[in-house]
Amino acid sequence: MAAVDVRIPTIMRPHTGGQSKVSSTGETVGDVITDLVTQFPGIAGQIVTPEGELHRFVNVYLNDDDVRYIGKLEAPLKDGDSITILPAVAGGAV
Amino acid sequence: MVTQSRSFPPSQVEPSDASPEVIASSALDLIGNTPLVDVSVLSPNPRVRILAKLEGNNPAGSVKDRIALSMIEEAEKDGRLKPGSILIEPSSGNTGIAMAMICCLKGYTIKIVMPGNVTPERRQMLEVFGAEIIESPASQGSNGAVKMAHKIAAENPDWVFLYQYANPANPKAHMEGTGPEIWRDCPEITHFLAGLGTSGTLIGVGTFLKQMNPNIQVWAVEPPSGEMVDGLRNLDDGYIPPIFTDNNGFDLLDRKKVIGPKESIEVTRRMVREAGIFAGISSGAIMAAAIKCAAEIQEGVIVTIVCDGGWKYLSTGAYTDDIDEVTERAKKVIYF
Repeated sequence: MAAVDVRIPTIMRPHTGGQSKVSSTGETVGDVITDLVTQFPGIAGQIVTPEGELHRFVNVYLNDDDVRYIGKLEAPLKDGDSITILPAVAGGAV
Repeated sequence: MVTQSRSFPPSQVEPSDASPEVIASSALDLIGNTPLVDVSVLSPNPRVRILAKLEGNNPAGSVKDRIALSMIEEAEKDGRLKPGSILIEPSSGNTGIAMAMICCLKGYTIKIVMPGNVTPERRQMLEVFGAEIIESPASQGSNGAVKMAHKIAAENPDWVFLYQYANPANPKAHMEGTGPEIWRDCPEITHFLAGLGTSGTLIGVGTFLKQMNPNIQVWAVEPPSGEMVDGLRNLDDGYIPPIFTDNNGFDLLDRKKVIGPKESIEVTRRMVREAGIFAGISSGAIMAAAIKCAAEIQEGVIVTIVCDGGWKYLSTGAYTDDIDEVTERAKKVIYF
């Protein structure tokens, strides 16, 4: 089991008691999301849909990589990794 | 004594029959055909070259000149734009400036919906070209500008809303311009990296390059949104550009990286000091991802986009002030 930090976006902080960073453990990104839902039931359904897919408007980063392109919820973790959850927004110098 | 690194002795300068062809007939003819420069000095891997395509060399100063011209000329062809038309567009800066320059030359009126917290230079550039600025709430970032533009466009059906996030002429400009230019100048390319805003550059260039060589990898770089997402009330306020979903963006991309503000600013500074490239801060984020890519792969040739020059960001102090202070300010001002 790897110990990781998870950064919580402002929009989900009401469900984590206002915490912007929480600790979790797991072998994969999916394990950590399951653990988060156990720790903070209010975020259930916000990151992963009932069908087990990543929510359309959520990007989950393992360190600086979007997990959609590196194995999705099966992406493996190692100690000290950082997971960042970000809502999809229109950005860039547009 | 004055020394010149590059000079042309009078004996070598002769009037050429080609002169009429090299003189552009208007600023619009100078859009595209931007230079590609080797910045491998930034590469951590001697077997990986990094090349930068300098889109800041476009006449209105950014990569957005290409899509602005493409969208406007397409709308002229299909009759949506007529003499005297009024346009409205959401933009945090570059698209608005590019469209304002073209509208100024072509005689259209343009209104730009823009978050209230962009750098002052962007407002000034719009004013230079005579655009009207409509402010959207700063706390809602680009999402808020997009929403407000939709509302205003619906209330004014006679205005022309070209909508860069969904307009096929946006990726087309890159499919027919930027992509072929990169392939012409560097067929050895193995990786293409660009920022993910409307996704037009990634979709247009990425689709073209993969048609030429399916082994070329296309990596997206997500600009750090910082606290700009505070304005979201719920996740369904999130936004994926229609250009991305309409063109199977999830399948086209090979990787996507997010780069934080501090790292973006650090690399922007390295680009100036080590390569002489004075770029905007989103280009620093893309270059930071290119440096990571170079460290990860065995060998290859990475082509990145330098979206614009640093001129419009000087007021942020990003190039010279204490980096922690600048990074902190990035939470309140849109740098990207």
